[in-house]
Amino acid sequence: MLSKKGIIRIALILAVFSWLAMSLSDIIILFSRMSELVKPGIGHYFPDIFFILYALSLYVFYQYRIEAAHSSTFVDLLWKIFVTGLLTTVVSLLLKSLDFVMGNTSLLQNPVLIDSMFLIHLGLLPAFLISTFIVWKRLVLYQKTKLQIKAWTLFEYLLLVSLFSPFLPTVARAVVFYALILMGIFLSANMKWVAYLNFKQKWKSILLLILTQLYLAYFYMSLFDMRKTYEFLVVAQDSVFILSLLIFTGIYATFSLLVILFNLPTSSVFEQKLEEVVNFQRLSQSVQTEQSEKQVYEILLETSVRATKADAAWIEARVDEEDTVFRHNIGQDVIHNIKTYITSQKDHNPFDFAKTEKGLRPAKHLRKMKGVPFNSIVVLPITIAEEHLGMLVLLKELKEGFNKELLEITQTFVNQAGISIEGFRLMSEAIANERYKEELNIAKKVQSRLLPNVLDANDDFEITAFSAAADEVGGDYYDSFKINDDKVALIIGDVSGKGTSAAFHMSQMKGVFHGLAQLDLPPAEFLIRANRAISTSLDKTSFVTISYFVLDRTEKRVEFARAGHCPTLYFDHQQGKAAYFTNKGLGLGIVRNNSFANYVQPREFTYQPGDVLILYTDGITEAKNFKGEEFGYDRLAALVNDNARLDAPGLQQKIIAELYEFCGQTDLDDDYTTIIVKFK
Amino acid sequence: MVQIDKTTENDITTLSITGEVDASSSIQLDEALGEVVNHGAPGILIDCSGLSYISSAGLGVFMSYIEDIKTKNLRMALFGLNEKVKNVFDILGLDQLLTLVNTKEEALAVVNEA
Repeated sequence: MLSKKGIIRIALILAVFSWLAMSLSDIIILFSRMSELVKPGIGHYFPDIFFILYALSLYVFYQYRIEAAHSSTFVDLLWKIFVTGLLTTVVSLLLKSLDFVMGNTSLLQNPVLIDSMFLIHLGLLPAFLISTFIVWKRLVLYQKTKLQIKAWTLFEYLLLVSLFSPFLPTVARAVVFYALILMGIFLSANMKWVAYLNFKQKWKSILLLILTQLYLAYFYMSLFDMRKTYEFLVVAQDSVFILSLLIFTGIYATFSLLVILFNLPTSSVFEQKLEEVVNFQRLSQSVQTEQSEKQVYEILLETSVRATKADAAWIEARVDEEDTVFRHNIGQDVIHNIKTYITSQKDHNPFDFAKTEKGLRPAKHLRKMKGVPFNSIVVLPITIAEEHLGMLVLLKELKEGFNKELLEITQTFVNQAGISIEGFRLMSEAIANERYKEELNIAKKVQSRLLPNVLDANDDFEITAFSAAADEVGGDYYDSFKINDDKVALIIGDVSGKGTSAAFHMSQMKGVFHGLAQLDLPPAEFLIRANRAISTSLDKTSFVTISYFVLDRTEKRVEFARAGHCPTLYFDHQQGKAAYFTNKGLGLGIVRNNSFANYVQPREFTYQPGDVLILYTDGITEAKNFKGEEFGYDRLAALVNDNARLDAPGLQQKIIAELYEFCGQTDLDDDYTTIIVKFK
Repeated sequence: MVQIDKTTENDITTLSITGEVDASSSIQLDEALGEVVNHGAPGILIDCSGLSYISSAGLGVFMSYIEDIKTKNLRMALFGLNEKVKNVFDILGLDQLLTLVNTKEEALAVVNEA
């Protein structure tokens, strides 16, 4: 495919070529006529055909060259016409002045020279007319409808037909001509673009249009004068095509001129409306463009002042928890004076009014106030969803200077500002929420890494653990440590609190566990030292509950102690019964001195094959069903009783399945953890 | 979620806790208890007969005032705890640090001792 530039270039070359060909053939024909004896080597229709080609190339050239119209380019388009017209007129005038300087010498009576002059004009005029025509097309079809496009297409086809007028019978020529004039008038009614010109642009357009009409008149006269004066001119093209194009461009220029002229007085209103729309946009877009609440108030102040033409104004609002005053053309002391004056008046106080009710109310209180130049005041409350944000106060020197329309538009500005500010608040909330979620994700990752993938075991027992966290990060913790070939340390715990602080305390607990477990301490001593270690880093209301176990293979014995953690459940294979150990204990971090030792009750027991040790967190016993009943200790013990013959993973699955069935939902509110140790 | 009523009579302030104390409502409990411990009467009764649930955050609030109560020589007793709530205090070991009794009379006896 050809690029746009390529098409423009080819059209230009083609135009130049066809004009040269037209001129050449024309002059050849003229020569042969003058000498009468010589028969022209070419047909008399050649110049006309080349003219058609010339006009078509120009059409393509300008069609691609002149861009579609926008509200900002209207005057530029008119400027283009003006420049083209100026160039062509200047060239034409230069040629004529040459004619004038030479006087009526015999040289200038030469038909060939006169014909050349005519041919040059026949090149210049279509260039001007077609460029104008394309500009008019852009303007007519600005904000087009289907009907307009259809009408315009028909108009262009008719013009194409008129190009061939030298080959048409006289009647057809007349029909085409009048049809073109009528359609031209019909199409000239489309001038929506005029409404979008501001006051200055309208004046410019008027000037440019007058000049354009002068060019048109000039060309009309010079071309048809020549045609009348010299009957020997060959090319017949000037009749229908050029004439109808001249008339159409002239009509549209005249119509535009008149419409612009009549629109001049009202253009300020239209401009103001347009400005209001733009300001509205600014207010509503302030949220998206990452501006601040402060800037919204500043825009509101500026737009309200401009819309109402107020002499002074201020806004009082709370911005970022601070009372802020935005002022326009008014001092802090004057504001203070006006406020004191108005609050001292006994009738309605507009400042109170602003705080209590919606709507607007012009107040005339200032008329009697001395010392300020203002005579009218209006107070508009700024609210979002019943919440009072602040108020906008507008002042004018004129008496009763605020009419209903101005106040209504200002009210919509105020409403829009409220919406923008609400948008800001929602957005910052969303951002804070997003940050919180991100933090939670990190905490969750940290937490999941703190829990071991595999627990230490030896051939005396099998061990399995399961832990699930609710939406929020909880503080369930378990771990194991192989003290030596025979001894394994085991811990289960729950850190109070949720979120990042829980994850943080959990990681501290893990550090304490791994530091102390390798010292091979008796469980009571472990708890005492762990309490000492972790107390210093817990805040006032936080604590950690743990149970600590040492499983000794050589003596088939388990030593353990409990620090506020859920009582341990133990299934005794010989007795065939599961029961909770009842030793006392105190959570870590509750007593932060040496007296903690008084609250530790270590225990020990020996195990037999088939015995099961069940460790868990309160997420299991406190899980609730839809009736609000807790899963509870008894249900857990009974469940273990019934399924103790299963291996450790089997029992674990049974417990989890039972728990979910009890709750009747897939998401639990709390974290829960189980560790099953089955002795062999 | 939680309602805390305060009444003061003869050097004894009674806080009645009704409802559930979880992570968010524990802030209310903390405020009420802090007020009583720092500026209230020397005797404090906590009526837990309307307390249906307490989370670890709620326990943390009680725990955080144990030291203050001791140093200020205040006497505090909790009464009317239902079995479940009592169990939660017991498991954590707070029953060894706080006075948990069944009835108001018992609680009054504890607070008036001394």
